[in-house]
Amino acid sequence: MQKITYAAECPECASAVTIEAEVRVSEIIECTDCRSELEIVSTEPPELALAPEVEDDWGE
Amino acid sequence: MDSVTPRLGILASRVRYEEKSIMAALERRGAEFEYLDPRSLSVVGAAPREAPSFVFNREIGHFRAYYAASALESAGVTVLNTAAATRVTGDKWHTSAALLGAGLPTPATALAMTPDAALKALEEIGYPAVIKPLVGSWGRLVTRVTDRAMASAVLEYVAALPSPQSHVVYLQELVPKADRDIRVVVVGGTAIGAMHRRGAEWRTNVARGAVSEHCPLSRSHAELAVSAAAAVGADIAGVDLIEDEEGRVTVLEVNGQVEFRGFQEAEGSRVDVGDSIAALLIARAAA
Ligand SMILES: [Zn+2]
Repeated sequence: MQKITYAAECPECASAVTIEAEVRVSEIIECTDCRSELEIVSTEPPELALAPEVEDDWGE
Repeated sequence: MDSVTPRLGILASRVRYEEKSIMAALERRGAEFEYLDPRSLSVVGAAPREAPSFVFNREIGHFRAYYAASALESAGVTVLNTAAATRVTGDKWHTSAALLGAGLPTPATALAMTPDAALKALEEIGYPAVIKPLVGSWGRLVTRVTDRAMASAVLEYVAALPSPQSHVVYLQELVPKADRDIRVVVVGGTAIGAMHRRGAEWRTNVARGAVSEHCPLSRSHAELAVSAAAAVGADIAGVDLIEDEEGRVTVLEVNGQVEFRGFQEAEGSRVDVGDSIAALLIARAAA
């Protein structure tokens, strides 16, 4: 099966991050180079931002 | 009815496994929905015309989830879980009060207005006991205290915390078999399945590396979980039950923003949580 992917630049280390086609906005992925947690801020065009820090009131 | 406006909105600042699975199930069922990011949400007076009339609240931060739900409701939007349910489930004391009010079994719990009063309350509850923050989850800052000296030291730290809310102390007896609890997921008044969570440590949150496995859902556990969800007013809830050494089952927690990745993995093909939730949303949004 062919997998469609996109590339975007990591805002932390500037390396190219591969994004799978089925990602959704506000999903968190990890940069394989610098291990930063990145948020998908847009899919068309693919755009990444550093994910927000976990806050004290997050969770179930 | 306005055919252009999507009627269903999903409010979430983080799209995790759970949100993706619900969104995918909605798409499979051919239901239109709109993704709403609470970080860009503000509500002024009436809801804007283009806003969905029904919003499923999956915001990960408790305060943002509660106030977003409340603001949307004040603008005439129907929110699931309701703002009232989110206020209760996001706060351990409100949850305990609702369970006690409904006459449901729950471990011995006390709310102390100051760290000093907490030390006195612990004499009544007995040791070992657990000190929990009112708001927060994933087992963060949940502290087991085994004797008065330890409790005194922990409460000294609590007294030094900057937020006035943290000085109100929630205390609970430590149920002996607390290394293993039963998570029941309730969707629209039905218990859809159960799993055991076994932790290497005494906190059994999956976020802390607990192991989850399928557990046959007994009728009594199902009934207790459904009653607990109803007591807090939650349409969708993850109810944590715990059984003590005498086999007495109590309600430990009712979570309104259910995380069900571990649950789904443990259940396999027995249940599809995302699809159960999607079906409820479609039914409610159409109502
Ligand atoms: Zn990077």
